[in-house]
Amino acid sequence: MTLESLHPALIFFAGALLLLVLPARLRLLVGLLTPVLGLLPLLFLEHGTDLQFGLFDYTLSPLRVDRLSLLFGYLFHIAAFIGVVYSLHVKDRVQQVAALAYAGSALLAVFAGDLITLFAAWELLALTSVFLVWARRTERSFRSGLRYLIWNVLSGVILLAGILAYSHQTGSIAFERMTLDGFGTWAIFLAFGIKCGFPLLHTWLTDAYPASTPTGTVFLSAFTTKTAVYALARGFPGTEELIYIGALMTAFPIFYAVIENDLRRVLSYSMINQIGFMVVGIGLGTELALNGAVSHAFNDVIFKGLLFMSMGAVLHVTGKINGSELGGLYKTMPRTTILCLVGAASISAFPLFSGFVSKSMVMAAALEQGHDWLWLVLLFASAGVLEHAGIKIPYFAFFAHDSGIRAKEPPRNMLVAMSIAALLCILIGSFPDTLYALLPYPVEFVPYTLTHCVTQVQLLCFAALGVVVLIRTGIYPPELRSINLDFEWTYRRLGAGVWRVAWPAGLAAYQLGLALLRAVVDVFIALIHELVGRRGALARTLPIGISALFAALMLAVFLLVYIF
Amino acid sequence: MSEHPQHPQHSGGTGGWFDRPENVNRFLRVFYVLCALVLFGELLFHKHAVHPLEDWFGFYPIYGFAGIVLLVLLAKLLRKLVMRPEDYYDA
Repeated sequence: MTLESLHPALIFFAGALLLLVLPARLRLLVGLLTPVLGLLPLLFLEHGTDLQFGLFDYTLSPLRVDRLSLLFGYLFHIAAFIGVVYSLHVKDRVQQVAALAYAGSALLAVFAGDLITLFAAWELLALTSVFLVWARRTERSFRSGLRYLIWNVLSGVILLAGILAYSHQTGSIAFERMTLDGFGTWAIFLAFGIKCGFPLLHTWLTDAYPASTPTGTVFLSAFTTKTAVYALARGFPGTEELIYIGALMTAFPIFYAVIENDLRRVLSYSMINQIGFMVVGIGLGTELALNGAVSHAFNDVIFKGLLFMSMGAVLHVTGKINGSELGGLYKTMPRTTILCLVGAASISAFPLFSGFVSKSMVMAAALEQGHDWLWLVLLFASAGVLEHAGIKIPYFAFFAHDSGIRAKEPPRNMLVAMSIAALLCILIGSFPDTLYALLPYPVEFVPYTLTHCVTQVQLLCFAALGVVVLIRTGIYPPELRSINLDFEWTYRRLGAGVWRVAWPAGLAAYQLGLALLRAVVDVFIALIHELVGRRGALARTLPIGISALFAALMLAVFLLVYIF
Repeated sequence: MSEHPQHPQHSGGTGGWFDRPENVNRFLRVFYVLCALVLFGELLFHKHAVHPLEDWFGFYPIYGFAGIVLLVLLAKLLRKLVMRPEDYYDA
């Protein structure tokens, strides 16, 4: 195997295996080197699907290289590197191994040229990442992890069913553009949708991401959903259903984000909102829209990672993450505060920050194709992002009322990782051509026009003014110790309630059926016993005299018949 | 950062710039002026509108302000519907 066909995922899997056996100090070195070494062959990869081998009747091509897969390849290496730096202080071998194997699985998925490799990567993503949830080692995270695993493995099972039907129908396992025209493609679409956090299929995300460790959530936020965005961009570009699904995804989570107390869950809802913009872009399907979708995925991994890192840092040093218990941390954590504000400005799409140069492509594509109402929804959702991620997260953690907590800055490695992410946010936002050069299609879009800058600043300033007015008048809802019911209620409460009634009822019915069956069998056996039992009619032994009499009678009858 | 205690401690809030109400008001006054500047700034140049709504004076500011207020008010209503105690699922 030459360097040109060395699969980047292999380097991560090898790194994960090494971490299993190495002592703590060497683990740090291997953890840091893996994403760096993985990036090297990426620079030499040639476009195409050179690496192929057979499995039964199928030809697998696990290394499909083109501009789309390379973009996600670069992104996942950057995300893995930032994540590793952020978690350098963690000595937990389980998390270190799981993180590298998880990143490797994501790379396996984005370079998969066939659906069988994609399926393997899909399940590996679930199996490796769940350990990052369980690594919190609390009862709650264990249960969250189980629900996370069920949803994600279910996504894989549906994907497999879809692949079987699709390959039977088309005779091909190549992972190419598909249309929603049969069971196979619909099942594949649904499987992508679960991992992408489609509405009603999103609850595993808002359930498990806030339950993970401070460092684990940073990895989780980077890979699973963005792999799903990649898969949709590869398999279903221009699928109209995605426009409506995406629009819903941008709009509904922002209501939950306003009232949610756990700040990492606020970010989880925010994540669905951001993925919504990407899904809309994929649904619109033009070159501009697809460029917007994947560039926003790129930026989101970095700025959402930065926000999750800043909240992870707060959780790490204070042990608290609820908005109702935090506040005033800017006094003792000024660096974390500033880094968080950079992430907040980026996700809110302020000019010169990264969100501005990617989200606007999707918005422009929506207008270009005449989707007026869609544009208005996206504009509303953009204002909503500013409310929950731009203002609420930094405000309740670092400002608001003084909680009295005097926590010092997090470990140096956390600050370094956040600084790298913050620099990337500003770099991409200020020099968008660095990112545009990597996009799948040539970019003609110009983000920095006077009109665009002024209107965006107007939208954000007056949305912020709205929040200020609401807070100053006391209308803004306070952070309260509470949780909010979401669709997960259907299986955590309704389903569980039905189960609690259905299980004893089912058990009783089963026992009744069993008793009935036993009665029937008993009657049947008694009947047989009556016939052939010891005293049964057919089993009776007759005395020899009667037998002789029978024989004599038979002979007499025979004689009479013979005579006449 | 070395002057801060090793572990988080609870104490009264002192020393923060935002602890003084006059500073908060000063900060907000700057913000209000900024809002006014960006609102009337659009009169200084010709907007390249794609959508007819964009041609209206103050479309983006009004939409942003009204959108946020509506969002928060609806979210308060949503809270009435879905808010539960923290141990809801544990009970």
